[in-house]
Amino acid sequence: MRYSGLKVITEGLFGNKGWKPAWREPSPKAEYDMVIIGGGGHGLSTAYYLARNHGITNVAVLEKGYLGGGNVGRNTTIVRANYFLPGNSEFYSHSLKLWEGLESELNYNVMHSQRGLINLFHSDGQRDAFVRRGNAMINQGDDAILLDREGVREHLPYLDFDNTRFPIYGGLLHPRGGSARHDAVAWGYARGADRRGVDLIQNCEVTGIDIEGGVVKGVQTTRGVIRAKKVGIVVAGRSSQVAAMAGMRLPIESHILQAFVTEGLKPVINHVVSFGMGHFYISQSDKGGLVFGGDLDFYASYAARGNLPMVEHVMEAGMTLMPMIGRAKVLRSWGGIMDMSPDGSPVIDRTHVEGLYLNCGWNYGGFKAVPASGWCMAHLMATGEPHEVARKFRLDRFSTGHLLDEEGTGSQHNLH
Amino acid sequence: MRIDGKGLIDRTKPVRFRFDGKDYAGYKGDTLASALLANDVRLVGRSFKYHRPRGVLTAGSEEPNALVEVVGPSNQTPNVRATMQEVFEGLVAQSQNRLGSLRFDLLAVNDYLSPFLSAGFYYKTFMWPRAFWEGLYEPIIRRAAGLGSLSGKHDEGTYEKAFAFCDVLVIGSGPSGLMAALTAGRAGADVILCEESHALGGRLLSDGGTIGGMAAADWVASVVEELQALPNVRIMPRTTVTGAYDHGTYGALERVGLHKPARPNLPRECFWRIVAKHAVLASGALERPVAFPDNDRPGIMLASAVRTYLNRYGVVPGKRVTLFANTDQARATARELMAAGVQVAAIIDPRPDAFSVEDCPVHVGAEVIGSRGRLGLSGIQVRKGSEVIEIETDCLAMSGGWNPTIHLTCHMNGRPRWDEDLAAFVPMAGAVPGLVAVGAANGSMSTHGALATGQAAAVQAVEALGRKVQVPLPEAEDAPYRLKALWAVEGKGRAWLDFANDVTTKDVKLAAQEGFRSVEHMKRYTTQGMAPDQGKNSNVAALAVLADATGRGIAETGVTTFRPPYTPVSIAAMGAGGRAEGFAPQRFLTSDQASRDRGAPMIEAGLWYRPSYFPKPGETTWRDSCDREVEMVRQAVGVTDVSTLGKIDIQGKDAGRFLDFVYTNTFSTLPVGRVRYGLMLREDGLVLDDGTSARLGDDHYLMTTTTAAAGLVMRHLDFVHQAFCADWQVRFISVTESWAQFAVAGPKARALVNSFLEEPVDLPFMGVAPVRIGGVDGRLFRISFSGEEGYELAVPTRFGEALFRDLVARAETMGGGPYGMEALNVLRIEKGFITHAEIHGRVTAHDIGMAKMVSAKKDCIGKAAATRPGLWGPEREQLVGLKASAPISAGAHLFVPGTEVHRETDQGYVTSVCWSPTVGAWLGLGFLKDGRARLGEKIRLVDHLRGLDVICEVCNPVFHDPEGEKLRA
Amino acid sequence: MRLTCPLCGERDRREFYYYGAEDYLHRPSEGAPLAEWDNYLHLRDNPAGVTKDLWYHEAGCSQWLLVTRNTVTHESSAVELVAERKA
Repeated sequence: MRYSGLKVITEGLFGNKGWKPAWREPSPKAEYDMVIIGGGGHGLSTAYYLARNHGITNVAVLEKGYLGGGNVGRNTTIVRANYFLPGNSEFYSHSLKLWEGLESELNYNVMHSQRGLINLFHSDGQRDAFVRRGNAMINQGDDAILLDREGVREHLPYLDFDNTRFPIYGGLLHPRGGSARHDAVAWGYARGADRRGVDLIQNCEVTGIDIEGGVVKGVQTTRGVIRAKKVGIVVAGRSSQVAAMAGMRLPIESHILQAFVTEGLKPVINHVVSFGMGHFYISQSDKGGLVFGGDLDFYASYAARGNLPMVEHVMEAGMTLMPMIGRAKVLRSWGGIMDMSPDGSPVIDRTHVEGLYLNCGWNYGGFKAVPASGWCMAHLMATGEPHEVARKFRLDRFSTGHLLDEEGTGSQHNLH
Repeated sequence: MRIDGKGLIDRTKPVRFRFDGKDYAGYKGDTLASALLANDVRLVGRSFKYHRPRGVLTAGSEEPNALVEVVGPSNQTPNVRATMQEVFEGLVAQSQNRLGSLRFDLLAVNDYLSPFLSAGFYYKTFMWPRAFWEGLYEPIIRRAAGLGSLSGKHDEGTYEKAFAFCDVLVIGSGPSGLMAALTAGRAGADVILCEESHALGGRLLSDGGTIGGMAAADWVASVVEELQALPNVRIMPRTTVTGAYDHGTYGALERVGLHKPARPNLPRECFWRIVAKHAVLASGALERPVAFPDNDRPGIMLASAVRTYLNRYGVVPGKRVTLFANTDQARATARELMAAGVQVAAIIDPRPDAFSVEDCPVHVGAEVIGSRGRLGLSGIQVRKGSEVIEIETDCLAMSGGWNPTIHLTCHMNGRPRWDEDLAAFVPMAGAVPGLVAVGAANGSMSTHGALATGQAAAVQAVEALGRKVQVPLPEAEDAPYRLKALWAVEGKGRAWLDFANDVTTKDVKLAAQEGFRSVEHMKRYTTQGMAPDQGKNSNVAALAVLADATGRGIAETGVTTFRPPYTPVSIAAMGAGGRAEGFAPQRFLTSDQASRDRGAPMIEAGLWYRPSYFPKPGETTWRDSCDREVEMVRQAVGVTDVSTLGKIDIQGKDAGRFLDFVYTNTFSTLPVGRVRYGLMLREDGLVLDDGTSARLGDDHYLMTTTTAAAGLVMRHLDFVHQAFCADWQVRFISVTESWAQFAVAGPKARALVNSFLEEPVDLPFMGVAPVRIGGVDGRLFRISFSGEEGYELAVPTRFGEALFRDLVARAETMGGGPYGMEALNVLRIEKGFITHAEIHGRVTAHDIGMAKMVSAKKDCIGKAAATRPGLWGPEREQLVGLKASAPISAGAHLFVPGTEVHRETDQGYVTSVCWSPTVGAWLGLGFLKDGRARLGEKIRLVDHLRGLDVICEVCNPVFHDPEGEKLRA
Repeated sequence: MRLTCPLCGERDRREFYYYGAEDYLHRPSEGAPLAEWDNYLHLRDNPAGVTKDLWYHEAGCSQWLLVTRNTVTHESSAVELVAERKA
């Protein structure tokens, strides 16, 4: 069923009785060419691009809960391509290009909106670091504009420019940065994969990975054994547990990241804005809620909920930066489980097991990566070779020292 | 309409307030909702999506409809629940989310378009043409969406945060909460009793009845009086416990000043962090609406809310009331209305076996299937068997039973349990460690049940604290709670589940039809439960409709997760203290005032403030002053405060051995009285920090860290010591704040320093000695960060300001003076000294040309990991100097002249630049691929952001005095 | 969130700095192969359940603590000083 404005009108006229399920609810078959473990954003986009780019449709996505129930459904929805290290730059650049055509690609309005992202800086040193970043973005072919204090004031007049602990020196504007409707991304890829023949199997938890003679043979699940020629692990948040089923110990520590949304408000924040001296980034959703987040709670956790110290830090940062949001009320807070890697960058790679592939370590930047992650994972699984823009996301780079450490904080997992 | 003789309002204190530009009168004790209803104002808002006319539904914080903007003298507050806002003299409120007036909202056209605006419609359209989404559709949607408005002005209100600690936290002050607090209070436990409302008593204030032979309100008053007299009990009215967190920590929001006219220093709100050994959740239950067609008109309210307005506020929301309810308890609302002389037109009870004898018509086995009235209810349609009855009514009190208020028990991922008898979810015991749910919150729906379970939980808590208590349990009603679950009534038209987000039963069914069958999918697809009430009025009914549509039971369908906060909390309250300079501590140098006295602009350096430069008359830009200060240091003498550098005093027999382990180079061989530059790696082999360490005695060193890394290095040293060599005889402590330290640099530095010393010393380069300055013991280091002959003079902090002022005064007599951060930066770039601009966490000793400083003779932190192959080799970028005749910039990237500029051709980047008055050129430090092999090459520097494209010469980073003759002079 | 420091008693989480898993205590000996360092610095069991990890009482007694803790429930069952830990 193709979606369109006309379809919405004709269905509306006839009581909306004709809408079909967005995806089938198939029972798992005994065997597939490929099995993707994980029905989150990355798993669904992997399945979609396996079908779309490589014609591989005998694929199952196994999801232990509901589709899109992981971090793709609990994030601050920011989409950007403002990395500066080679290896990251080309990947996120590719991802942003895919975002830019995603609605028509998927025939699903994911509400990608490029309202511009502004990273604020508060010292000469921070300015220099952001200039290096901005130049790298332009060298990559993306966009960046350096704003001085007055330039920031033109875009964000509501910031506190005069009475603040860390004065605003300027900002790096990434005009193509913005946000999207997170659930819609998962659903759009799910629907697209389903329409191309992929089986999306919910409530199907993988309990074991079958390996014979160093070659993957399939998976054990709560809904029976499923054989497969190739298996992809795409379960950020639970990567260590699933990889352990294949005898792997990953360079991952799991952490909580909290985020917040306020009650609906009339439009007041147009851009995505991030503070440079505390952990705070914010945008306003189309529905009117201010969506904002901070840093990790900083202790290893799978609780998917956090504690007050980081909550309060985020609110305090909001108050020092833009005190006009003070009377907005936080409606809901939530926590996601982040795969934190020792350099803050992800892994899309083969493993020591033939036919078993790994996609993990998205730290807390996975949402914007969804299109390219699936694109590159599909390429890897289909061809056996890393995709050109993901070739540095090697699993062994920590042992070899070929690090992609944008933050420069070193091998401590939670500092990225 | 106000009823004489009813209510707990203070009729001797009339209050005037304004709503939508019109003046009204209420009484002290009224909420905005009760006062508006008393004035027969039923229409108070517009719905989120369809802009339907809406009135007050509830009498509590769960209100989905009556959200207003409260307008203060300096700012306005959106989305205020009229049901919680107490009226006060001069209160100004206005309706929100409307285009035009509340009566004639132009966006009400959406209601006519509703067939096209069903659940998830926006995912299916607005895609063509592509540019129209951002150019046209989205801006329209954004403008139409949202509820209330922020003003855009800074929130200048006062907010506070506080910590509190107690033995027993009691959440809610209905019968179960009061009984728990009384029991724990009498046992001598430290008790905090939080009540969301301004008055204690919970439903006892609304429902009447007797407790222990007393009228319920009198019993409440007597208990409150006793609790107030107990020194170990703290009563916190207007305080909502908003979240349950780990290890007995609860968040709570106190509305301190929102019920009063604003005045300076009156906090609006206080956010509490309450740490409790035990907690009793006595949060009661929330009545639930019934989803029947057009159940959202102003005048259709919850039965318990009607009862509350009658008994607590002396207000009847209509002249001809009807009741639609499926429990015996709800009948009391009708009876009390009739007793108060209000006409009850009919009682509609869907239970076929319900009793039918009341003082008004009763329709058993009947359902309300529709309503009419454009801006307020005027009549309902009732289906009884095959018959449809029209009843004129302007207020319908409805009840679909009750949901225990279990939210806090789910904040730590606890899943509630479905109770078939109650047709409701009840808490899973132990879901929040230390928290016990009692009373209606735990499914004990009678007053007796509330009192008994409240007391039992308190007894359990105080016994765990080692205390004993016996409090007699007063007698109270113990009627059984009996209901027939009724979630939705079939009929023509839309039946609202989620009033606040305009989600109807059709939307939920459509979600199921489209495959969004998981409860989380349904929620996200329809937005049910995502509005300001977070589904308090709709979650269970929506779940029931979904369960029905998918052919599953409710328990099997599952619930979405309740997350903090229980009720929305302002950012300003949780962020109290963060405004303006409160966001982070401020650290001031002892020379701070002296620098400001000289007009120096102070800039942030981490938490410190340091002088940027010291302007002289006639200097118009920072560069003028900076250039002069650089020349002053190079030709005479300059003074600058370097006290921000971290100082760690290290002592013990193994101190040298310890330094050998944390530095790449060797310190155990350093002679007493000498200083050495040291390089410190992280265990992953990259550079952590650099600085000098001095050997003050055989077993005594003083380490210096950079300003930025002072705390980090201290933590690192503590870890290395405690984790790897706790048995070594070494102890250390940060003395950063104990010493004020000033750099004195330049050809006349020695003369200036000696003029202060009681006994002049002749220190070699990299020497240290104890000195006496004006009767004070100090330390003198001969070290330099400028490339000139340099000293650092350290005195106990209390003498810092005096020494600085004196140093500067004497320097000025020698043609010198103070210099700031800008000049300091130029001086160090000229000399090729690095800072954290260079050691930014991604560089190795090899990259900065210090590989030789990693001693081959010993192990040290980071040595092994630094040998990873990716951290060596010519493909890595190495530190170089850059020289140009045109301005260059930090953050620019480097390219081979003549090649294209893009990521693949990128050769490196620039970290620091300056105009060098000494060299007479623009100088830079940067990192260039295989840079040390490329000295003398021309390189192209490109800064797109600043429009720079300059050819530079690649140089040795030491531009000034490369042989170090001046240092050693 | 609260942690009980063996020296200072129960304190708010704000007083502590979290580092990482207990693995950081098992530093390879000098000359160990790089694979051992990889294991030490990067690879983690990362259990969803009971784990031991390292906390620093930074705003307190400056002691590093080895905390036995559940990563799913956040319950902490034991805290000992790193400097005095039993092997």
